[in-house]
Amino acid sequence: MMISRLLSLEQWKSWLWSVVRFTLITGLSFVILFPIFQKISTSIKDKSDLYSAVVVWIPQNFSIENFKQAIRVMDYWATLLNTFALSATTTILTTLSCALAGYGFARLKFKGSNLLFAGVILTILVPPTTILIPVYLNLKSFDLMGLMTLIAGKPANLLNTYWPFILTAITANSLKAGLYIFIFRQFFRGIPKEVEEAAYVDGAGISRTFARIMLPNAIPSIVTVLLFSFVWQWNDSFYTTTYLTSSKVMSTQLSSLPYNLAQQVSDGASKADPFYLSMIQDTGILLAILPLIIIYLFVQRYFVESVERTGIVG
Amino acid sequence: MKALLKRKWGRRTYAQQKAAWGVIYVLPWLIGFVLFFFVPLLASLRYSLSSIQANAQGISIQFTGLANYIQALTVNTSFNRALIGSITDVFVNVPLIVIFSLFLAVILNQKFPGRAIARSIFFLPVILASGVIMALESTSLIEAVNQSSMGGSALGTFEIENLMLDAGLGEWVVMYLSGAVDRIYQIVSQSGVQILIFLAGIQTISPQLYEASKMEGATGYEAFWKITIPMVSPLIFVNVIYTIVDSFANNAMTTLIRDTGFVKFDFGLSSAMAWVYFVAIAVILVIVSLIFSKRVFYQD
Repeated sequence: MMISRLLSLEQWKSWLWSVVRFTLITGLSFVILFPIFQKISTSIKDKSDLYSAVVVWIPQNFSIENFKQAIRVMDYWATLLNTFALSATTTILTTLSCALAGYGFARLKFKGSNLLFAGVILTILVPPTTILIPVYLNLKSFDLMGLMTLIAGKPANLLNTYWPFILTAITANSLKAGLYIFIFRQFFRGIPKEVEEAAYVDGAGISRTFARIMLPNAIPSIVTVLLFSFVWQWNDSFYTTTYLTSSKVMSTQLSSLPYNLAQQVSDGASKADPFYLSMIQDTGILLAILPLIIIYLFVQRYFVESVERTGIVG
Repeated sequence: MKALLKRKWGRRTYAQQKAAWGVIYVLPWLIGFVLFFFVPLLASLRYSLSSIQANAQGISIQFTGLANYIQALTVNTSFNRALIGSITDVFVNVPLIVIFSLFLAVILNQKFPGRAIARSIFFLPVILASGVIMALESTSLIEAVNQSSMGGSALGTFEIENLMLDAGLGEWVVMYLSGAVDRIYQIVSQSGVQILIFLAGIQTISPQLYEASKMEGATGYEAFWKITIPMVSPLIFVNVIYTIVDSFANNAMTTLIRDTGFVKFDFGLSSAMAWVYFVAIAVILVIVSLIFSKRVFYQD
């Protein structure tokens, strides 16, 4: 009698918890999804629905006019292509160089490697703003210790090219690269030493062991770094708006969107309606994050699993 | 010669070979570190102590001592305010983000229908949280109008505030909590990575620990405080550091530093500001590490 009562109390408690949990998760999911839904709703509205009191979520007059305008003002397709090319290139190069460095720091210890790893940590801790100006000036007249002057006669101006991104990606110093090196190092430290020794006994050299055994094992951390690096490069406004002022990539286009809109979307001499501009701006934001959301829909399951299996946890 | 080199290479011990390869593997990073981090860091320190004039020949740098620092701290009107503002923001947000993400990680780790969907929604902010999008969002008129037409969040929390004050809670506690409710979107959108880290950590805790404690009669609440918290405490530390660094990377202060540099072209002043900012962050990180190093539980 007592036991069954206790059991029912337990059951009652767990049922209550389920309800609380459900409410909480639904509520928070709503908070996250709300802005996206709102943008979708805004973007398919017609101009005339903007002031209609009846329309809250579902527009009376569907229209793709906003998309047309936003695509035109942002030069969307070219921008999309540029952004994709830039993000993909830096992502692949960053992942490669960070994997090398991570493995070097985890398994191929040499004199002073701990000191150098402290350097990696330092790159994570120093805010990028602190070194922005010298890096900017350096890239403006890029002169590899006089090497450029020797070859071309004058230092090269790398601003408004993709070179700053490629160079920092090759050398594992791009956006948040310190974090990626840290992730790789943690992961490689978790692989048992015996695996490596077995490969050596079987006659594989160090580079071969790395390419054939370590990298295939590191797929979870590779996926994590690939995705983080791609997404953060895509969204990055800090470096792109400094180095790529005239090139058309998503984040520079987004940050100049309000200005461009005011310039280009005005009917005749009269000033454009700010609400209408805001409507197109929201559509522009939606267009900018849409590719990421689509990619995420496909890889999210794999992403979550691989992060869980990554060495972040150490 | 080649044969000699090969023999020399071959005669090295495995450990020596590894060390040599280690240098090769780390070399790309090292080049980048020197070129794009270390030299610029020193240069920035030098700029902060100089007055910089751009002219036809390039730039001329004149040593002026601490003048830039003095100007930043005493003359410039917005510097102190931005600095203090961003530091208080961090102190307010970091505990909220860390506690919130730990709580959510625990929930997302439980088994319930729709868990996969819930997880993918909660990690969505990792890909959406971006400087430009956030900035444009805050200027969006439509967003503002929609919010006020829905009654606004201010009204809702106002009633709860009164309720909590009546219940006898301290005023600052109430303000902190209601502020947290108002900033829920900001907090949720900044805790994606932290939730991931905690979730991964919780899943490495061996289930035997929970089973054993259950046998001994511990409730879920006790198990959380006596097992989960100590086991993830190193990750709490990691997440606190990550959150601090992350929230310092993009805020009013960095905007001010960039504007001083690239709009007003006062490179010296901008560098000085950046250094004061960096030192402030470093001090905070050292204090936080000292506090945590005593309390973190390591299994080995």
